Amino acid sequence: MTEPLLSVRDLGKHYTSRGTNLTILHGISFDIGKGEAVGLVGESGSGKTTIGRSVLRLVEPSAGSVRFDGTELTTLSESEMRRTRPRMQYIFQDPFASLSPRMTIGEILTEGLKIQGIATSSERMDRARKALEQVDLPPDAVSRYAHEFSGGQRQRIGIARALTLAPEFIVADEPVSALDVSIQAQVINLLRDLQQNLGLTMLFISHDLAVVEYICDRVIVLYLGRIMEIAPSAELYAKPLHPYARALLSAIPSPDPDAPRESQILKGDIPSVANPPSGCVFRTRCPLALPACAQIVPDLREMAPGRFKACIRDDLD
Amino acid sequence: MLGRTSHRSPGPLARAFERFRLNRAAMAGVSLIVPLVVAILTYPFWWSFKPNDIDLLAMNAGPSAKHWFGTDGVGRDVFARAMEGGRISLLVAAASTVISAAIGFLVGAISALAGRWTDAVTMRFVDLVMTLPPVIFLLVLASIAGTGIWPTILVISLLSWPLLARMVRSRLLELRERDFVLAARGMGAGLPHLLFRHGLPNSIDILVVFATLQIANAILLEAGLSFLGLGIAPPAASWGNMLNAARSTAVLEQYPWQWLFPGGALVVTVLAINFIGDGLRDAFDPRAELH
Repeated sequence: MTEPLLSVRDLGKHYTSRGTNLTILHGISFDIGKGEAVGLVGESGSGKTTIGRSVLRLVEPSAGSVRFDGTELTTLSESEMRRTRPRMQYIFQDPFASLSPRMTIGEILTEGLKIQGIATSSERMDRARKALEQVDLPPDAVSRYAHEFSGGQRQRIGIARALTLAPEFIVADEPVSALDVSIQAQVINLLRDLQQNLGLTMLFISHDLAVVEYICDRVIVLYLGRIMEIAPSAELYAKPLHPYARALLSAIPSPDPDAPRESQILKGDIPSVANPPSGCVFRTRCPLALPACAQIVPDLREMAPGRFKACIRDDLD
Repeated sequence: MLGRTSHRSPGPLARAFERFRLNRAAMAGVSLIVPLVVAILTYPFWWSFKPNDIDLLAMNAGPSAKHWFGTDGVGRDVFARAMEGGRISLLVAAASTVISAAIGFLVGAISALAGRWTDAVTMRFVDLVMTLPPVIFLLVLASIAGTGIWPTILVISLLSWPLLARMVRSRLLELRERDFVLAARGMGAGLPHLLFRHGLPNSIDILVVFATLQIANAILLEAGLSFLGLGIAPPAASWGNMLNAARSTAVLEQYPWQWLFPGGALVVTVLAINFIGDGLRDAFDPRAELH
């Protein structure tokens, strides 16, 4: 891995709600190298979106450090942060909520350039048209409104918007989970091509493991606001180390009806963040939990080069 | 702008306008208010009396071909005074509406978008203004500001904005969490951009409805103030002080044209504007987008 573009250390996010402390994220640490695509997977409520937004300071982190290209983001002033924002952009999950219903596509696509005071208004419009071509939409879409487009088209407009500021780093927050399956592949391929052609660094948030395997170099597995495992995609899919990662992978449906089914279905739901289990947060649903798991909070340890896990059951590897 | 071409489909505003056009009560309001405003603005060109001209041969004269609405106790033409009074009433109403809409929008929008601390401070201030009893507040303000057109505008403006500020704030608190606003922040948008590129277009419906209903309200407030002798001072005419001048029992009974016409103009105008306001509210109703 080259010099990391993004380096996150001990990132935490807490809320206080009616006297109870909610820990949404705890001790999140990871690096993303230049040009790398890293997947962030986990169940609903595990804090994936909060990580994506905290990294860009769309949500203020409560603790920890985020270094982007050598600059500490968490301590930047508002105006310094504003100047840094074009280098990092966000792609939203819901293509219906992420485009203003009162703006034309041209206004939406030139908004960032206008905010940053880049180029004249006619140059901005040219850039908007180019951005539409990059995502395979006709340039004359600039004069139309978002409600005239389908979900897939809207998502591509959202991607085009993120690209207008020529970012180096993109957080894609479940960019296809709101789309029809038939459209998902198209948008995924578009994102992958853009990422490779423009040399983008990407944090790709998803709960679809098949998509993550296809698009990402490395994967971070998240459970209840803690990192369970970090591994290169190929290695994770070949041999997951953490019991939670195993359970997730065994839940991927196989296209081969004759393949042996050994899926291991997790029991129950993800625990409440208001009342997390002691010790390892996954122990309540872990098929391999020991009594010690309730006592010890497992650290994220490097088991092999580039492979991290947070589990005390080393005897299983 | 509203034309439909293959390239440009109607935007949200054009669709709201289309729904407004189909609302009968609102269109009736428009067809009442437009001729009235045109008459009020153009009357010096086609009416031979001035509002303060005295016709000594016709004091307290009833409606006739010469004086359509009759004359008052000193022989002034009631039609000319009703027209002039309309000018002043509408000027006061329009100006105070613009001022209170600007204050209300800015206070509400800054409160919603500028952070928790600003929000708490501004909203407590709004609460404070709202707890002041309106009539007493009006009287105190008016006795400080004095009489005349601009003090009256000031008094009405300062009384009317808190309600709008609250409506704008609650709309924008919801808007602030929407993804497209988050996207703007993610591109580095500051407060002015959020206020005017997102806040304003997304509260335009609230503003338009507030403005129409507030015009009607301000006409009534101005009439009330003038009736109490605190708004527009004689000899200048306004609908309120014309009613005030005609309030003695003798005039009420014997010369009804002196209060009937300004009073009628007031009622018709306020009614028409309220119809239009209701029509605009329905036209901007987001649920109407479903049809």
